[in-house]
Amino acid sequence: MIRSLLKFLLGKMLRLVVLLAAISILSFMMVKMAPIDPVQAYVGADLLKVSEAQREQIAAYWGLDQPPLAQFLTWGSAVLKGNLGTSMTFRQPVTDVIAERFLSSLALMVSAWALSGLIGFAAGAAAAMNRNTWVDRMIHWYCYTLAATPAFWLGLLLIMVFSVWLGWFPLGLGVPAGMAADQVTLGDRIYHMFLPALVLSVTGIATIALHTRQKLAEVLDSDYIIFARARGERGFGLFWRHGLRNIALPALTLQFASFSELFGGAVLAEQVFAYPGLGQATVQAGLRGDVPLLLGIVLFSTCFVFAGNMIADLLYTIIDPRIRSRDGGDPLEAG
Amino acid sequence: MKPDNLAMPDTASGGKWLNRRQRAVIAAIASAMVLFAVLGFGLALPGSGLDARLEIRNQPPSLSHLFGTDWLGRDMLTRTLKGLTLSIFVGLAAAASSVLIAAIMGLAAAMGGRYMDHIIGWITDLFLSVPHLVTLILISFILGGGVKGVLIGIAVTHWPAMARMIRAELLQLRETDYVRLSSRLGRSRWWIATRHLLPHLLPHLLTGMLLIFPHAILHEASITFLGLGLSPHQPAIGIILSESMRYLSTGLWWLAFFPGAALLLIVRSFDRVSEYIRLLIHPASAQE
Amino acid sequence: MTVLEIRNLSVFFSRYYNWFRKRTEACLNGLELSVGAGQLVAVIGSSGSGKSLLAHAVMGILPRNAGWSGQMLYKGELLTPQLQQRLRGRELALVPQSVSYLNPLMQVGKQVRMSGGGVRSRTELRSMFRRYGLESQVERMYPFQLSGGMMRRVLVSTATLGGAELIIADEPTSGLHAELAQETVMRFRELADEGSAVLLITHDLESVLPYADAIAVLYGGTSIEVAPAHYFSGDGTMLRHPYSRALWTALPRNEFTPPKGKPLVRPARSAAGCPYREYCESASEACRSGQIPVRRVNEGWVRCIDAT
Repeated sequence: MIRSLLKFLLGKMLRLVVLLAAISILSFMMVKMAPIDPVQAYVGADLLKVSEAQREQIAAYWGLDQPPLAQFLTWGSAVLKGNLGTSMTFRQPVTDVIAERFLSSLALMVSAWALSGLIGFAAGAAAAMNRNTWVDRMIHWYCYTLAATPAFWLGLLLIMVFSVWLGWFPLGLGVPAGMAADQVTLGDRIYHMFLPALVLSVTGIATIALHTRQKLAEVLDSDYIIFARARGERGFGLFWRHGLRNIALPALTLQFASFSELFGGAVLAEQVFAYPGLGQATVQAGLRGDVPLLLGIVLFSTCFVFAGNMIADLLYTIIDPRIRSRDGGDPLEAG
Repeated sequence: MKPDNLAMPDTASGGKWLNRRQRAVIAAIASAMVLFAVLGFGLALPGSGLDARLEIRNQPPSLSHLFGTDWLGRDMLTRTLKGLTLSIFVGLAAAASSVLIAAIMGLAAAMGGRYMDHIIGWITDLFLSVPHLVTLILISFILGGGVKGVLIGIAVTHWPAMARMIRAELLQLRETDYVRLSSRLGRSRWWIATRHLLPHLLPHLLTGMLLIFPHAILHEASITFLGLGLSPHQPAIGIILSESMRYLSTGLWWLAFFPGAALLLIVRSFDRVSEYIRLLIHPASAQE
Repeated sequence: MTVLEIRNLSVFFSRYYNWFRKRTEACLNGLELSVGAGQLVAVIGSSGSGKSLLAHAVMGILPRNAGWSGQMLYKGELLTPQLQQRLRGRELALVPQSVSYLNPLMQVGKQVRMSGGGVRSRTELRSMFRRYGLESQVERMYPFQLSGGMMRRVLVSTATLGGAELIIADEPTSGLHAELAQETVMRFRELADEGSAVLLITHDLESVLPYADAIAVLYGGTSIEVAPAHYFSGDGTMLRHPYSRALWTALPRNEFTPPKGKPLVRPARSAAGCPYREYCESASEACRSGQIPVRRVNEGWVRCIDAT
């Protein structure tokens, strides 16, 4: 069991390395084609006056006078040493920016992720158990409407209603304005995170609810449910043993496989609420042409999505005894 | 004998004057009418509503300005309709390009031999491994934003799932008798691809486009909202919404509410119509 | 003692027959049947003739879009949904036809023990598995790991666990080679000899014949004849219905002439008349209309106006 797990992890790591290499090459090449002046971008907008000599100096310092391949090799070898360069927007090493911003995003994403999973699963289960009734139709309608709703617009609506009209929640930002970092309490953070998390959770609900509904409906139509009922099983016990258990882990797997949408949703939610997370940093990097930060975020988000998919794969092998035994594990050991 | 037990939950709807399918058809027709109305008005409306008229700025919704006016006195209804029309065209173009890429990739993977299949499979994974929105931001940044950036960005990010489906469909099709016969008869791969496979694929391509379009239009609005898409001079929903953020705290709620709701309505109507068309194309899913 | 008596049972589905209209379709129509304690009654019908629906109707586990009419009596008591619920897994047991009736993600032993609304003890399960020659490690296997023979024994064992008085087996021999089919039917014979009433639903006349007490023949969604098993012998003249005779002569050991016409799976558009009339040599105008009455003849009954 341990050995096959190690083998699995090693294989995944190898894939990740190849993937990151390919992404690095591709995005570096594309960034080099961008119609922006790299020196200007590195210098930043606040130092508008730069003489020709200074430009050359800067270009030489950053290796910009080299051919693209040499530039890539310089950048690549630095990345390998864990140095992603310096973000011009934040005047900080890219790794520091990503680490700090990601921690703040993580709280947001985790709560939204859990919220959407729970709500989506409950809604999907309710729809499947009341198939073709008004409950089912309502939940379907709601899911399709959610899926068609621009998340950022929903954020705007929530701000208008809860922050401007009712004044229940702050207008945005991760912490109260003008407060020193050490004075910010956990309560403050949750208070500021509530609306963004709500908006971010909305993106995931429809997928998980519709998936759960379909899978549970399949289970409820299956031969083994018929036979379980024939053996006298009924009510919640029946639903729990044969329904929930068979669909809960696949649903969780789907949740892990949705990190890509989660990250994208976080970009929008953070922008609307001015929440200082990685998503907002991505937008700023794109808007200001902060190439090192942008490349760093591309690589980091790739790892993030990859981690989610890997956990999903791992879960799958754990849930399904058929896959487990195919991988050589002994099925009699489990359970 | 009188039945002792009649347990038929589904026949209950038989008594009503319309059953589920009839309602679905009517909903689809109504939704199509909404779509065409928006397109028609968006194209036909005079641009005069977009002129700044400072004397009527910041007016809440009224009979003469159903969606209100903005801080320059522009009619929000006109801006919304023009924006939606632009979004629909950008969305359609992006979805079509995406389907085109998917078709080419799928065809190449299925017909190009095992080596090609591996390479394309790997490329597909590559495009799925970075979050869509990050790729969109990267591509928009590289192309300097604008319609071109948005179009290419959306086209490039939305093809993988579709390409996989086409590949699977083609692999199945390749094993059918008539395709095998053609290849025995010495027809070239290209001949088979264009004469046998493409006609079979067309309905799938249409379906794919129907499925991609809502994502395309929402992503266009998102990336424009972030400031990396269409330019601020264009009447786009994303622009309108991002501008409205500045006026949120002053209570000009109609600036954000109506354009977003209209976008939602469009996407939802399109979903309805597309569901119906897909049912027509693939009647197998009809029996429920 | 009669354990199960079915009178005039019809099962119907509602489905769309074109884009807009729903129609109710009957799958079983006016079926009559009874089985007593210690008896093994085989219900013979061609594949897909709604035989499983008969089993599901008695158990009270029909799909949601299906309905039924008629009367079913269990030990003289009207089988209501409440009674069915109370009996399922205790006095009423179903033996399903294939592995798909077991939850693929749950160990076999756990599933078998879950019966009659509670969990049976492990020792009970052990002793029952031993009876069927199943090793104790089978308990912890998943359904996909069982061989065909093991699977069948596990499924049969589910019926014995509760000490059921009425056992309904749905196609228990489908997909089995002759030897295994014999073994399986024999197990049901054993259960009948121990006092249970067994209803064995199958399309395989040959393998049940040596063990059954009576045979009920299903055609066109209804039971057309119920006869003692020994009527199926010689040249079949003891059988009253032409279709039953045709079934008998179609067996490889007899003349091997298949019954005329295609097997009628569903009841005809109009339920009136005899469903076999198109292929019957002695069919008359009277066979075309009305409900063909049931006639008691010697030890069985038949639904044919020509029968004497």
